[in-house]
Amino acid sequence: MTVTTVACPLPGTFYRRPAPGQAPFKEIGDAVAVGDTIGLIEVMKTFMPIEAETAGTLQAFHVDDEEPVMAGQPLYDIDV
Amino acid sequence: MAIEVLKAGLATTVQDLGRPGHYDVGIPLSGAMDRFALRVANMLVGNDEGAAALECVFMGPSLRFSTDALVAVTGAELPPKLDGVPRPTWTSFAVAAGQVLSFDYLRRGARAYVAVAGEIDVPLVLGSRSTYALGALGGLEGRALKAGDVLPVGLPGGAASVGQSVADDLRRGSQTATALRMMPGLYHHRVTPDSLDGFFADAWAVAPEADRIGYRFRGGRPLAFVDRRPPFGAGSDPSNIVDSCYPYGSIQVPGGTEPIVLHRDAVSGGGYFMLGTVISADMDFIGQLQPHAKVQFTPVTMDEALAARRERQATLDRVRKAMGAPIEGSDTARLAP
Repeated sequence: MTVTTVACPLPGTFYRRPAPGQAPFKEIGDAVAVGDTIGLIEVMKTFMPIEAETAGTLQAFHVDDEEPVMAGQPLYDIDV
Repeated sequence: MAIEVLKAGLATTVQDLGRPGHYDVGIPLSGAMDRFALRVANMLVGNDEGAAALECVFMGPSLRFSTDALVAVTGAELPPKLDGVPRPTWTSFAVAAGQVLSFDYLRRGARAYVAVAGEIDVPLVLGSRSTYALGALGGLEGRALKAGDVLPVGLPGGAASVGQSVADDLRRGSQTATALRMMPGLYHHRVTPDSLDGFFADAWAVAPEADRIGYRFRGGRPLAFVDRRPPFGAGSDPSNIVDSCYPYGSIQVPGGTEPIVLHRDAVSGGGYFMLGTVISADMDFIGQLQPHAKVQFTPVTMDEALAARRERQATLDRVRKAMGAPIEGSDTARLAP
């Protein structure tokens, strides 16, 4: 098993849920397929989906829900 | 020659120096948020300084070139990659037909400019190729790029060569600004002197919704207003005025809580009081601020503002000289904001 840390591609606010009150896109331990949405980054009144580029198992989040994030900051760990 | 858009990035638009002259009928200036970076990108590939290029905010696009091209990326540190191999910023490089230009994640700044020799040849609208997305005007169909778009490129006219670069000290705006200079007025008398001091003393963080229309800031103390009897038409909110023109760079503070600096795609008038106006020399720096970046507003006099404008002009002239670009012919640009 190899754990890879994925960096956030753009700055903004990180959301783990599609909308307030809804279930998170992914929980730790969930299987992730290429193209799955991990979360959203809100910036300039736009929500940009963060899509997985590798398949694996979600290991950890480095940024909490609704927290600010910078481009290049570690966002999540995936076990591929 | 054409460029195929494989991935669009976040909000990639065609921009030149803008379309001044129509603000009186509500059509904003538009044009690059960092006009210095746009000019330099164009010079590096032998275009006229005001040629149309791509403005990429926070995230770069993926672009496939149909023919050989000369390209330069300036502004934000958004590292270009050609078929996955890194290329330097602020330096012209060759792209071969079929190659894909993509970008690594943003290292510094907010907006990168991608100039291509021959310029992005979308139609002129009211004298400019700039995109005003809110008004669906200019650029490519009046909007940000989408995957599948094909961008027309004109014939290269200049004599630029591969590997042309700009010295580090001439890469204006490549360091994140921490202070924005502004001239107080016309309505700063609406807030108490203590409150105005507080405005200048506080750190203000860029709000994530900041965009080409305006840069919103938050985190400082709310403003305290001087009591008044509302003038006819202003309404009861103390931050409102009888409608007025909004200059480019003006700072409105709706409700006295979150200042908004109007930028290239701003509305031209309305009923919010304006605390002051960011000086023209510092407007490019705003275009390079990321969300959550902190700045202070610093009051300056008209003399200081004009000195700052001359300093910016001198830096631009040094770039022109270093690249053998014409210095004359830019007189109108000299006077423009």
